[in-house]
Amino acid sequence: MTVKPASLRPQAPVREVVKEASMVKQKEMIARNYDLLTSTAEHGRKVASTFVPGNLNELIMCFDMLNNLPEINAIQNGMRKISGDYITEAEKRGHSEDVCTYVKADLGMIAKGNVSPNGKPLPRPDLLLLSYTGCFTFMKWFELLREEYKCPTVMLHVPYQGDGETTRNMRDYIVKQLKQEVIPALERVSGVKFDIDRLRGYLRESARAEDDLVWVLESAKQTPAPIDAYFGGVYYIGPIFTAFRGTPDATEYYRLLRAEIEERLRLGLGPITPEGDMKSQKYRLVVEGPPNWTSFREFWKMFYDDGAVVVASSYTKVGGTYDLGFRHDPDHPLESLADYCMGVYTNRNLPQRIDLLEKYMDEYQADGLLINSIKSCNSFSAGQLMIMREVEKRTGKPAAFIETDLVDPRYFSAANVKNRLESYFQMIDQKRGSAPSAA
Amino acid sequence: MPAPTTAALVTRCQALFDDLSFGAAREWKAAAAGRRVVAYMPIYVPRELIHAAGMLPLGILGAGENLEVIHGDAYYQSYICRIPRSTLDLGITGRLDFVDGFLFPSICDVIRNLSGIWKILFPKVYVHYFDVPQNFDPEVGGVFYRQELQELREALARLAGRPITDDALRASFALYNQNRRLVRELYAFRAGAPWRAPASETYLVLRAGMVLPVEEHNQLLADYLAAARAEERPRRDNCRIVLNGVFCEQPPLSMIKAIEMSGCYIVDDDFMLVHRWLLEDLPVTGDPIAALSTAFLSGSTENGAKYQPRQELKGQYILEAVRANAAEGVIFAAPSFCDPALLERPMLEKVLDRVDVPHIGFKYAENSAQLQPVREQAGTFADSIKLWSTP
Repeated sequence: MTVKPASLRPQAPVREVVKEASMVKQKEMIARNYDLLTSTAEHGRKVASTFVPGNLNELIMCFDMLNNLPEINAIQNGMRKISGDYITEAEKRGHSEDVCTYVKADLGMIAKGNVSPNGKPLPRPDLLLLSYTGCFTFMKWFELLREEYKCPTVMLHVPYQGDGETTRNMRDYIVKQLKQEVIPALERVSGVKFDIDRLRGYLRESARAEDDLVWVLESAKQTPAPIDAYFGGVYYIGPIFTAFRGTPDATEYYRLLRAEIEERLRLGLGPITPEGDMKSQKYRLVVEGPPNWTSFREFWKMFYDDGAVVVASSYTKVGGTYDLGFRHDPDHPLESLADYCMGVYTNRNLPQRIDLLEKYMDEYQADGLLINSIKSCNSFSAGQLMIMREVEKRTGKPAAFIETDLVDPRYFSAANVKNRLESYFQMIDQKRGSAPSAA
Repeated sequence: MPAPTTAALVTRCQALFDDLSFGAAREWKAAAAGRRVVAYMPIYVPRELIHAAGMLPLGILGAGENLEVIHGDAYYQSYICRIPRSTLDLGITGRLDFVDGFLFPSICDVIRNLSGIWKILFPKVYVHYFDVPQNFDPEVGGVFYRQELQELREALARLAGRPITDDALRASFALYNQNRRLVRELYAFRAGAPWRAPASETYLVLRAGMVLPVEEHNQLLADYLAAARAEERPRRDNCRIVLNGVFCEQPPLSMIKAIEMSGCYIVDDDFMLVHRWLLEDLPVTGDPIAALSTAFLSGSTENGAKYQPRQELKGQYILEAVRANAAEGVIFAAPSFCDPALLERPMLEKVLDRVDVPHIGFKYAENSAQLQPVREQAGTFADSIKLWSTP
């Protein structure tokens, strides 16, 4: 199946997006999940809404519940270019222009019928599972949603790694909340009794998929890189970060994906882009920060048109830092969920984030660090100029800074971003001390 | 020696407020060998732990309107509030070079991330992100918090070079209990007769408590209360409002004055909640760490930075502030880009709308210079209350 991309230049010929088997698989999985979410009146399964960082998908599945992720809905609406209207709607209803646009896109979506990408209305959640991990806004977001839905809400507070480490006390606190608050709430809402062996089974499945995900992400250490670890990476993390971690579908997706990347490596191919294989790789970048979703294709094109490939990114660690060795562990199920939550990228302190980016710069042989600073995301953005200085100082490689937003189209200025990127690529060329290599 | 007047006391507080080199704290430190100073940011830290170690807690609320931020802007994008950049400027320019430790409390992601920046820029300073539980069950959040407090106690003891004993903690509790009682008394006095203790003055009196030792601040509070009670001042035909959202980055002092001058008596506010975070006295017997924990879990202020587990109670605190202080309206004043205040506001507005309490809102920065819109908005708000509210 092919999808026509949004045309970037009116005069350019429309090209068909290339789809590989893993992409088709993921698309089917997402569609099926939305179909399940929008047909709860028929099948009766209960719905938990929760967040990507600190997502407890395996636990939710233990109660036969469906997982609805408002961040993902906002992203979907951003990519479908309808988030702007939702944000405007939320602002009309009194929400400040200064706050997170995911929140406003979600609230605006609810105000306008809560229509899912399949055209059917999303159900009211039966439980708001407030996994308070790495982002202050999450707390307020679900307090606001609670006002809309008036449904049970349970908070899982995940302590921040302020001192750059996790402690026994932090872990015990999370496990205790799982046992005494979260699991009982899920039992009450679903009517299903918790079975820890069922959880172990899902976690075992998760770990298999996580192995393959890490292999895929680390394939970008090769030259040429067979993947783009940011624009492509956001698709690769999709199943594991959302409603599929712990399912055979996710394991199968990553098996397919890994085989495709192995084949690309064997053939010496670069990443697949919406316009086909990326032919030349002049710049290897590490990217910090989430992407812009409203002009995602246009944004990506600015990179591959100039031969820039992203070899590692921090955003693809926001739902788990599996490449640092963490795996969900069926032998320590609740402790493992606690460790997972504490380890997500935005729950790490600034020095840890800098260390990680420096490590990526080194291990992925990057030419530079690019920061995409998101206007409405303080969790990521506050401190990014410090990150830029430190990584530049430690690696001697040039860093650059661009500013966009998550799902607010008003804050994506294509001309500005493109100018900055082109200047940055020139800076890398100068730093290399030689003319750019042939395309 | 005659009792000090409010004018004399406020003059002293103003001098402390204006001093961006923190001379009073520097003098305190220099007065004896081995003294240490531990800074903290909004919204709450248990200052008793610092005091019991023989150290001076120093509240840092940014640099206000009188410092031209030069260095700090290089660390923050335009869409991030001003308090972290001016605080960084204080640090980079050496104005905080006498500070030995710095606590960054759990309030928002900006202050949280500032703790990491501080660790990198000032590696010799003890820097700690102070996390508090958002679970208020004594057996869950309480157990976690007691351990966090104990770890902080040990770290502060290492910094001070002496143990923090239970007795020392209890002695500090007694002093801070007195401080909280005096602050409560001051707020009650102002709510009863706001013309005799204008918010622009009480603000400065509270602000002095961020830089003075608690013993001195207690005296200052007592002196101000006595002086205010002794002085008659003209009463205006102002309306009574609650000011909400000002708990972190501070508005310029001139904004507080502008609100008052435009016809509003501020009868409650959320300035410097560290003074009012704990609502009752800490017990001076028993396990002091358990006492701090219990007070936080079940006897502390509600605010946008804190989770409210029960939906039916969400935002009720603003209504209680209105009712308890016989306020006629609420002014929401939030710093630009302040997540806790701006995300909380719509929920508070709903609570007020249900019972027809009028409210207005605007944003500010600590260096906002254009106050005419504030004067006009607050003045119109005051007029509308006076003209249209049911008596």
